[in-house]
Amino acid sequence: MKKTLLSAAIGAAVLGIGSAASAGTLDDIKAKGFVQCGVNTGLAGFAQPDASGAWKGFDVDYCRAVAAAIFNDASKVKYTPTTAQSRFTALQSGEVDILARNTTWTISRDTALGFNFRYVNYYDGQGFMVPKSLNVKSALELSGAAVCVQSGTTTELNLADYFRSNNLQYNPVVFEKLEEVNAAYQAGRCDVYTTDQSGLYATRLALSNPDEHVILPEIISKEPLAPAVRQGDDKWLDVVTWVGYALVQAEEFGITQANVDEFKNSTNPDIKRFLGTEADTKIGTDLGLTNDWAYNVVKGVGNYGEVFERNIGQGSPLKIARGLNALWSKGGLQFAPPVR
Amino acid sequence: MTDKAVTAPPPKRDTTSLLYDPKVRSIFFQVLTVVVIVVSVMWIAHNVSSNLARSNTASGFGFLNGRSGFDIGQSLIAYSSDSTYGRAIMVGFLNTLLIAVTGIITATIVGFIIGIGRLSKNWLVAKLCTVYVEIFRNIPPLLVIFFWYSGVLAILPQPRDAIQLPLSTFLSNRGLTSPYPIWGEGASMIPVAFVVAVIIAIAFGLWQKKRQMRTGKQLPTGWIAAAIIITLPLIVFFVVGAPLTFDYPVEGRFNLSGGGTIRPEFVALYLALSLYTAAFIAEIIRAGIKGVGKGQTEAAAALGLQPNKTTQLVVVPQAFRIIIPPLTSQYLNLTKNSSLGVAIGFPELFSTGSTTLNQTGQAVEMISIMLIIYLTISIVTSLFMNWFNAKMALVER
Repeated sequence: MKKTLLSAAIGAAVLGIGSAASAGTLDDIKAKGFVQCGVNTGLAGFAQPDASGAWKGFDVDYCRAVAAAIFNDASKVKYTPTTAQSRFTALQSGEVDILARNTTWTISRDTALGFNFRYVNYYDGQGFMVPKSLNVKSALELSGAAVCVQSGTTTELNLADYFRSNNLQYNPVVFEKLEEVNAAYQAGRCDVYTTDQSGLYATRLALSNPDEHVILPEIISKEPLAPAVRQGDDKWLDVVTWVGYALVQAEEFGITQANVDEFKNSTNPDIKRFLGTEADTKIGTDLGLTNDWAYNVVKGVGNYGEVFERNIGQGSPLKIARGLNALWSKGGLQFAPPVR
Repeated sequence: MTDKAVTAPPPKRDTTSLLYDPKVRSIFFQVLTVVVIVVSVMWIAHNVSSNLARSNTASGFGFLNGRSGFDIGQSLIAYSSDSTYGRAIMVGFLNTLLIAVTGIITATIVGFIIGIGRLSKNWLVAKLCTVYVEIFRNIPPLLVIFFWYSGVLAILPQPRDAIQLPLSTFLSNRGLTSPYPIWGEGASMIPVAFVVAVIIAIAFGLWQKKRQMRTGKQLPTGWIAAAIIITLPLIVFFVVGAPLTFDYPVEGRFNLSGGGTIRPEFVALYLALSLYTAAFIAEIIRAGIKGVGKGQTEAAAALGLQPNKTTQLVVVPQAFRIIIPPLTSQYLNLTKNSSLGVAIGFPELFSTGSTTLNQTGQAVEMISIMLIIYLTISIVTSLFMNWFNAKMALVER
C-alpha cells in the first residue's frame, strides 16, 4: 500500500493527471471544437511544419481527415509534436486525443500500454542506410559498425535482435530525438542509420548530400504504422478507424477530392451509402457523426492515394512507391471493410 | 488630566482564553499543517490510482525482471539485450556514478587551482582565472555539453583516418581507442598488495606523527608513503610473473576493433560538467580563503612560519570550514546535472530509465525508481559531506 501511495503521488506530479471529464472522447472533442493530434516532431513527408509554420504530411493529413469527418472542417486540428519517448505518456495522460505518429502496432502497446490500434495507415519495415563510400551491399556485412538509432522505438529492439540472431557485432549510438540521430549520422559518429524504410527515405532527403547514401535491400521487420487511441473508448476508436477506411474506400471507388461532388449524384447504391446520399441512412449517425462524414473526409483531404502521392509518393520529393500500401485490388495490403 | 491618561492601566484582556495560550496555538497550527499535507497526499494518490485504472495500463514492478531487448553503448557491467530491465537501470546507475565520481574529483582539482589562481599576485594568472570563472559560470551546462560534443569532439576524423598517438592509441570521432590490458593468472594478488601497501603507508604516517610529537624531527612522509604504495604492488607484479598482455586495437572494416574505447559522449559530458562546476568551486575556494582573517596570516608570520607553511597549516584548515557546506551543494549539482547526458546519448540513469519507461510504458513506476535513486545518491553524498564537515569543524573547548 505504501508503495502504491508513493508511486501514485509521484506519478500525479509527473504526469500531471487531473481528474478528466468522464464523457467520451468524441463528445469532448465536439465540445472543445478541435482534435488534439500527437504527431512527430519533424519527419519529412509524415509530419513537418512548412515554411509558414503549418503542419504538413501523411500523418497530419490523417488528423485533418478525422477533423473533417467530425466538423466538416479539416483545419480544426491542434498538433502536439511528440518524441519517441514522450508519445505514449502524452496519449495515456489525455494530452492528445489521437496519436498519429508513425507508431508501430505491437501487442504489448495494444495491451500493457493500454492503447487500441485498428487501422494501419502505412505498412512499413525496418531498413538500413549507409554512406556509399563504405561500399556495403548487404546488412549482413555490417559486423563491427556503429549504428545510429532512436531510443524507445521498436527499431531499437529489432536492431538488437537482428544483429544477435545473425551473430554480428555492433556498437549502438542512441539518441532520444530524431534530429540528434540525424545530426550524429551526418557528422559521421556512426556508419549506419536504421529506422523504418519510409523514415530512411525521408531522412536521406534531409541530408546535405542525399546521393552519397544508399538504402540497403534488407527489410528486417514488419512495421505496421497505425494511429493509436486510448483503450476503453470504443466509440472514438470506431470513428478514427472508419475515417481511415473511408480514405481507402474512396480510392477504391475512384472518388477524389476533385470529383466527389459529381459522385453525389451517383446511382450506385454502394457509393450512395458511402457518401450518405441514400435516403434514411443511419450509417453516419450511428458512428456519432453526420451522414455525409465520408463526403467531408474526401472533400477535405482527398482519398488515400491522393494523400499518399501528395506527401510521400510521386508528387513529393520522397518518391516512395506504393508497394505494400497499394490497394488490395492492385496487389497491396490496403483493404477497407464494406461500408454497409 | 494628562497625567491620568498616562498612568491609566491598559484595557484588561481575557488572558485565560485558550485562544491566547501559545502552547495551544502552536499545537493547533501543527495539527493543521499535518492535516493539510495528509489530505493533499491522499487526494493526489486517489486521483492517480483512479486515472491509472481508467487508462487500462499495467502496473507494478514485475516488469523489471523482463528481457530488455535493447543494447547499451557503454556499460561497466556485463550487459546485453538478453539482460533484464532491472539490469539496464543498473547500467545507467553505474554510469551516473562514474560521471559523478570522475567529475567531482576533476572539478575539485580544477576549482582549487582556479580559485587559488584568482588570488594570485601574478596579474596575468589572476585575470586568466577570472575570465575562466566568468565564462563557465554564465553559460548553461547543456550548452557547454553541446560545445564539447558537437563543437570539439565531432570534428575529429573518421576512424579510417584516425590520429595515431604513441602506444598504439588512436583518436577519432568514435572516441579514444587504446590497448586494453588483459590480466593473466595471479593478477588478483596485485590489488591485494595495493591494499596492504596503503595500510602500511597509513601506519607509517601515524608512527611518524607520534615520533614528531616526541622528538620534533620530521621525515618526508609523503614521499615515503608514495614509494611504499607504488613499489609493493610492482614487486608482487613481477613475483607472480608479470601476467599482463594487451589487446591492441586493429583497423576493422568500419571501426577500430579490439582495445578499449573511451566514447566521445562520456568525454563530452565529463569535461563539460567538470569544467562548468569547477567555476563555481573556484569561487567557493576563493571565498573560503578570503574568509580567514588577515590577523591569522600575520600571526603565523610573526611566529616565523614560511608563507607556504602558513597556507598549509593556518589558512587552509580554517578556510575548509567555510568551503565544505557550499561545496556539498556543488557536488550534488554535478551529480544531478549528469542527467543532461541524455541529450548527447550518454547512457546514464535518466537515459536508460526513460528507454525502459518507453518500452514498458510503466511511467509512474519508472519515474519513482529514478527519483528514489537520485535522492539516494544525493543523500549519501550529503551525509558524507556533513560527516566530513563535522570532522573539520572548529572544536570549541
